[in-house]
Amino acid sequence: MEFVLSRPPGMDDRKRTPGRSSKHPETKEPGWAEGLRQLYNSVVHEPLPDSFDDLLKKLDRAKTERD
Amino acid sequence: MTDGSSATGDEVFKRDLLAVLPHLRAFARGLCGRPDFADDLVQETAIKAWVARDRFTPGTNMRAWTFAILRNHFLSELRRNRHQADYDSDAAERMLVMEPDQEAPLHLSDMEAALLKLSPERREALLLVGAGGFTYEEAARISDCAIGTMKSRVARARYQLAHLLDPDRDTITIEHEKA
Repeated sequence: MEFVLSRPPGMDDRKRTPGRSSKHPETKEPGWAEGLRQLYNSVVHEPLPDSFDDLLKKLDRAKTERD
Repeated sequence: MTDGSSATGDEVFKRDLLAVLPHLRAFARGLCGRPDFADDLVQETAIKAWVARDRFTPGTNMRAWTFAILRNHFLSELRRNRHQADYDSDAAERMLVMEPDQEAPLHLSDMEAALLKLSPERREALLLVGAGGFTYEEAARISDCAIGTMKSRVARARYQLAHLLDPDRDTITIEHEKA
C-alpha cells in the first residue's frame, strides 16, 4: 500500500474552482481562513500511512515497559 | 476485534487515541510543515499519551489532551534543534514563486508555506483556533498560556498570514484585525 503524504488526493481541486471567494464579498472571514481549514482537513482525511501499522504493537510494548 | 460493553478502560482509551490520530497528524503537519517529522511526532505523542493514560480523565476531550502532549513534544524537539535546520526553507521558496494566474483562492501549498513563516507560537495558535476549531480557552489550556495571550497570538497570526497571502488587501485586513 502506498500513500502520498505531501499531496493528498483532491488537494489541487481548488485550482479549478474559480471565483469562489468573490461569491461572498461581504463575508467577514478572509479567503485564507477557509484555506487554513482545508489544509488541516486535507491531512485529517488522508489514510494513515504504513508507518502507523506498528503503532499498536508499540503501544502494547510501552504498556509493559511503563515506569 | 470486539468492543462495546466488554471494553475495558484501556481499550476505550486506545480506541479514542487511535481515533484522534488523523487530527494529530494535521496539527503536527501544520506545526512543522514536514510530513515525515510530523508523523514521527504523532507516533511519539501517541506513545506518550498511552503511557500517561492514567492522567487522562475519561469523558474529557481526548483531542485537546493529546494536542497538548504533541505541542510540548514538538517544542522540546525544536529546542533540541532536531529536524529544524531545513524545515522551512523549501516552503519559503515555494512561497516566492506563487503563480499569479489564478482567480481562484490560494493554493494550499501557499497556505502551508505562509504558515511556516509565522513564529511557532502564532502558528500553533492559528492552527488550534482557526483550523482545529478549539475555543480560545481550550487553545490557551493546550498551549499553557493565558486566554488573552492566546487571543493576541491568533490576532497577530491572522494579520501576518493575511499580509503574507494577500498583500494587496492589507489595509482592509488591518481594519478587521484592529476591531
